[in-house]
Amino acid sequence: MEERHDQNDRRHLKQMVSALGVLCVLLGGADLVYHKHVHFDFEYWLGFYGGFGFVSCVGLVLGARLLRKLLQREEDYYDR
Amino acid sequence: MIDSLPPGVLLIVGAGVLPMLSGRWRSVWTLLLPVASGLQLWGAFPAGTSRTFELLGYPLTPVQADPLSLVWGYIFHLAAFLCALYAWHVRDLVQQVAALIYVGAALGAIFAGDLITLFVYWELTAISSVFLIWASRSERSYRAGMRYLIMQVGSGVILLAGILFHYRDTGSLAFGDAFHKILAPLPLASDGQFLGLNSPGTALIFLAFGIKAAFPLLHNWLQDAYPEATVTGTVYLSVFTTKLAVYALARGFPGTGILIGIGATMAVFPLFYAAIANDLRRAMTYILNNQLGFMVTGVGLANFARHPEVAQLAINGTASHAFAHILYEGLLFMALGAVLYRSGTIRGSQLGGLYRSMPWTAAFCLVGAASISAFPLFSGFVTKSMIVSAAAEQHQTAVWLALMFASVGVFLVAGIRIPAVTFLGPQRGPRLAEAPGWMLAAMASSAAFCLLLGIWPAPLYALLPYPVEYKPYTAAHVITQLQLLAFTGLAFATLKLRGLYPVERAAINLDSDWFFRKPLPAVVGGLYRWGVALRAGVSRVGEAVLVEALTWVKKHCGPPGLLGRSWSTGGMVIWAAMLLGAYLILYYL
Repeated sequence: MEERHDQNDRRHLKQMVSALGVLCVLLGGADLVYHKHVHFDFEYWLGFYGGFGFVSCVGLVLGARLLRKLLQREEDYYDR
Repeated sequence: MIDSLPPGVLLIVGAGVLPMLSGRWRSVWTLLLPVASGLQLWGAFPAGTSRTFELLGYPLTPVQADPLSLVWGYIFHLAAFLCALYAWHVRDLVQQVAALIYVGAALGAIFAGDLITLFVYWELTAISSVFLIWASRSERSYRAGMRYLIMQVGSGVILLAGILFHYRDTGSLAFGDAFHKILAPLPLASDGQFLGLNSPGTALIFLAFGIKAAFPLLHNWLQDAYPEATVTGTVYLSVFTTKLAVYALARGFPGTGILIGIGATMAVFPLFYAAIANDLRRAMTYILNNQLGFMVTGVGLANFARHPEVAQLAINGTASHAFAHILYEGLLFMALGAVLYRSGTIRGSQLGGLYRSMPWTAAFCLVGAASISAFPLFSGFVTKSMIVSAAAEQHQTAVWLALMFASVGVFLVAGIRIPAVTFLGPQRGPRLAEAPGWMLAAMASSAAFCLLLGIWPAPLYALLPYPVEYKPYTAAHVITQLQLLAFTGLAFATLKLRGLYPVERAAINLDSDWFFRKPLPAVVGGLYRWGVALRAGVSRVGEAVLVEALTWVKKHCGPPGLLGRSWSTGGMVIWAAMLLGAYLILYYL
């Protein structure tokens, strides 16, 4: 039962990733069709916002994994 | 008569009536009071109202209503009503009384026109709110509440010290009357009109505000205590204390440069904790901390002397973000509270799949998640972007990047992780009932406000201190924001698929409270044991010396001793004769 759930979850996740991928490509492409008024030069780079979002998210998750290695303790750590 | 009572006092006095009511009538009373108090604020205190009186020669201003305080005044009333609705089932008199006094005190502090009044309400919020934590009635909550109380009362004591210094330096107790005087369409305030960070006194006041606003390293009382409060207590707490602190900063220290760095740091570092905290209400308090970071940055960017136009945008951004934030943060805490109420746990490692049992709660949680993540058409989109724009207008590249990173992180944690962990995935444990009707009603109303503000921001913008020229719905803003969010989602899904996203684990993560929960007790305990041992040693040696001395005295002065025994009369006569003889001889020499 659990296993089937997991497989279902993975399938859903894969579908979601594909759908998201398509959405991302569309949104990235949208950069070409309108004019931005921006404050920083790097905002003109094609796909800056998308790239920033992706990299930040990966960075945050990897940072959190590292943090967890360093600072995670048992739940009763303070009660001992 | 009603307009002679300062805002908030009605709630504090009204709390005194609660013990005389019973059962449902108490809940009705807690719902009616915020309505009555809100109507009083609306009717009797238009912008520009102030009340002053003299106490022991000091001029006090218990009421100072202006466009800045009114924004907070209105949203605090709305939140108080929604919280009371959410807490309809609560029959615990302690919580009900504490909540009303807490809300009243926070409102009193918002409208305080002088520092003494502010101090009194500042302490009252601390003392009343701790009962919402203690009301969990467990050893953990008692200890967390104690730590919370020490920090909060400490903040009040530092505030008082700062006020005394400030009064000695300037002879003024006024608090932010610059705003009161200059909240006209185009303020020309210079630095000197605010408290500003320019003397030991104002530095102490700044520190006191900073503790309550959960500045980095002063923050941990928030994540420590809030998740230990009751289901409804955490919702109350999430609204008032920290937003009062943001308000106080906005009133006293707008444009203080150091706030920009502090705010940007606050917006970023709690995210790493929020991404892994297993207690989801704790994860949400880290997110709360991050949101405060946006507001604190906004206050720092509001430099009226150097960039008056941007300062208006920044103050507007801070005020509107506080307004929207109170609603969506409250909504998210309500949803998590409802899960805790039904399932008895809020640990991510024990939850999952609840969208089947609690579909409405899940839906409202998603509205809160979309709002905090600043999706177009949701409230965060029209408020947070003002602060981010203010950073861009001042060409603060690093701050701007930090705020963008923080936006990504908020979406990742509050927008994806928390709803996914709670409501998606395989269901763990038995099937639960949907949240009760009153909780759903409170969540539905909050969600409706989140959507309404996002779709139609004009009424909120009209409420703000300065005229709003900002246009949230431009093609560039909508598309860039959607790009940011979509790619964040893609990154999350990719990481999840590759098994790189940390799985939920029953554990805690050390934060700055570690210093006063582990080493400090160890040091104090060590010193105590050392002191006890020292005292025992000293008394042992002292006792030995005393015994020795007594033995000596006894030996020489006791009955058999040389000095103590009785001598014969004849012997004494011989000694006297010998002395007289010796004297005679010495005399002739």
